[in-house]
Amino acid sequence: MQFFDAVRLALQTLRAQKLKSGFSLLGVFIGVASLIGAWSIVNGVNRYMTEKFAQTIFGVNTFQLRRQPVFTPNVPDSVWRAWRRRPRIRFSDADAISEGLTVPAITAWQSSDQVTVAFGNKEARDIELTAASERYFDIKNLKIAVGRPFTGEENRSGAPIAVLGDAVAKRLFVDRSPIGRNVRIGGVPYRVIGVVEKQGSVLGFPLDRFVVVPALSPAQNLVNPPGILDAFLVKARSDAEMREAISQAEGIMRSRRHLRPKQDNNFVLDTSEGVQQFWAGISRILVVLLPGVVLVSLVIGGIVIMNIMLMAVAERTREIGLRKSLGARRRDVLSQFLAESTAIASVGAAFGIVAGILLTLAINAFTPLPANVSPASVVLGVVMGAGVGVAAGVYPASRAARLDPITALRQE
Amino acid sequence: MSQQEFRTGDTPLPDVVILTHKLTRDYDMGSETVRALRGVSIQIRKNEYVAVMGPSGSGKSTLMNLVGCLDTPTSGEYWLNAQKVSDLADDDLARIRNKEIGFVFQTFNLLPRADALHNVELPLIYAGLNAKERRARAAQALERVGLGDRMDHRPNELSGGQRQRVAIARALVNDPSILLADEPTGNLDSTTGLEIMGLFRELHNSGQTVVMVTHEQDIAAQAARVITLRDGLVATDQRQAA
Repeated sequence: MQFFDAVRLALQTLRAQKLKSGFSLLGVFIGVASLIGAWSIVNGVNRYMTEKFAQTIFGVNTFQLRRQPVFTPNVPDSVWRAWRRRPRIRFSDADAISEGLTVPAITAWQSSDQVTVAFGNKEARDIELTAASERYFDIKNLKIAVGRPFTGEENRSGAPIAVLGDAVAKRLFVDRSPIGRNVRIGGVPYRVIGVVEKQGSVLGFPLDRFVVVPALSPAQNLVNPPGILDAFLVKARSDAEMREAISQAEGIMRSRRHLRPKQDNNFVLDTSEGVQQFWAGISRILVVLLPGVVLVSLVIGGIVIMNIMLMAVAERTREIGLRKSLGARRRDVLSQFLAESTAIASVGAAFGIVAGILLTLAINAFTPLPANVSPASVVLGVVMGAGVGVAAGVYPASRAARLDPITALRQE
Repeated sequence: MSQQEFRTGDTPLPDVVILTHKLTRDYDMGSETVRALRGVSIQIRKNEYVAVMGPSGSGKSTLMNLVGCLDTPTSGEYWLNAQKVSDLADDDLARIRNKEIGFVFQTFNLLPRADALHNVELPLIYAGLNAKERRARAAQALERVGLGDRMDHRPNELSGGQRQRVAIARALVNDPSILLADEPTGNLDSTTGLEIMGLFRELHNSGQTVVMVTHEQDIAAQAARVITLRDGLVATDQRQAA
């Protein structure tokens, strides 16, 4: 019997017994759909983390000198309190590093806090006010949509000017142009000189609710005590140069803080690696757990298919006897039933793939989680579906193939 | 009796389609052994029309299974079409059944979900023919039994006689050496039974070798030769006028 005949026969049987086949492919369906759906989330978040998240929070080839790391998951209170006791980063630290670095790099100051920004009688609350120096926009890769960023001159003179995030501009000015108008921050009027391009969101956190003002503008007092910075940002041209700059900055800071060789740093030089490592940990857990879930549903699916096939063999004993009497060899009968179980599982896998992809689209549309269908998961879905079909079919099919034609024909 | 003496080591004459030599078949029924055949030697030539008769328990079903290559003998030889098949393995027997034997069963044994054409196609699938050729030959076989206009009917849309005709077409589609019929009229009313017997006669007249197992005297009377079994042995073997 040719391969094509076996497949055609299998599909005929499937069509003839729609309900039974429907139930039997449920297990594989769920297994493959959950595989693709979950994998898509891991894949999507992974991509997000490495491509977008790390870049928006840190910038490429950028490190930050801080009192403590930006991203601090599961830190015990004792560690947290130790961090709070550390000395803060001062303007003078930033200046010393700027002068001491031999690696070409651009740098910026940054201090942030939540404030309310007002225009007329309109208010935008919980806006992140960042007092930063002029290269901040370059390091963060913030593109100006309307107007301009502020200059080094304006930064040093502490001019009361502001660059708005997209959401703030929309909230306060709706569709009028904010350029040249004065917004009030902490009671002080700031002239709007630019609006940053829309950034969207990361994992559901909006990225457009911010205002950037010069580091030395009056607002510096709203975010930090005089002379204090949240972070000093350094962007190198390459990863290698960034590492070199980090080690230089570390040396400079240790000598400024008079740390002995055995003492730990009382500051951090934070990169996007920290965030990525944290995510890598989560995704490792998912990658370990995921196959477990998928495996369980595939095993259940396989058992269901095996039972259905054993039933089919019992019900069709006479047919098997007839086919054997007409010249079907063992391997013909074997391949007929294997094709049938594989067809059931493959159809289940096919529906599962479609459902998995739809699930992914739904996750993208209705939740903040980024999801991205991984081609590997689709391939794996197909392979596993067919594999389950073959594995579940072997025993029933070999039972059918071994049937004695005389006994089988006599079966009622 | 025109049968030549056959001895172990001989090969049958060229026109002998079926030759059994001291064929025995024992069944193990737990503690005791049932000797269903105790040494059956028969020869059937090309284009003979033979009825095998006997009371139940005489061994005629066992002989039928052996002649149909569905079973292998405990001892003795079975030659089918100049090939010794008594010691062939399972899959080789399947090939012989496919090429040499056309079965007609009492209960028709048609696939209920398949139409007449597909039912007739079945042996050709296992012969490895492609779909186009299969369909052409199956259609031809259905024409031959007078069902050219019923090809797309399923068994439940056909009468008993028509079902048996489909089964006969299926048996003929591979041009077998023998047509092996087991109580072919057992499930039919007498009129339809006569029609089917008429069809067998036609096939015989066109050169087909027919072996038929029956317990009905008037059905057996249609055959040119009647072999009677009793207690696992040949009791009588008579030719009769058609």
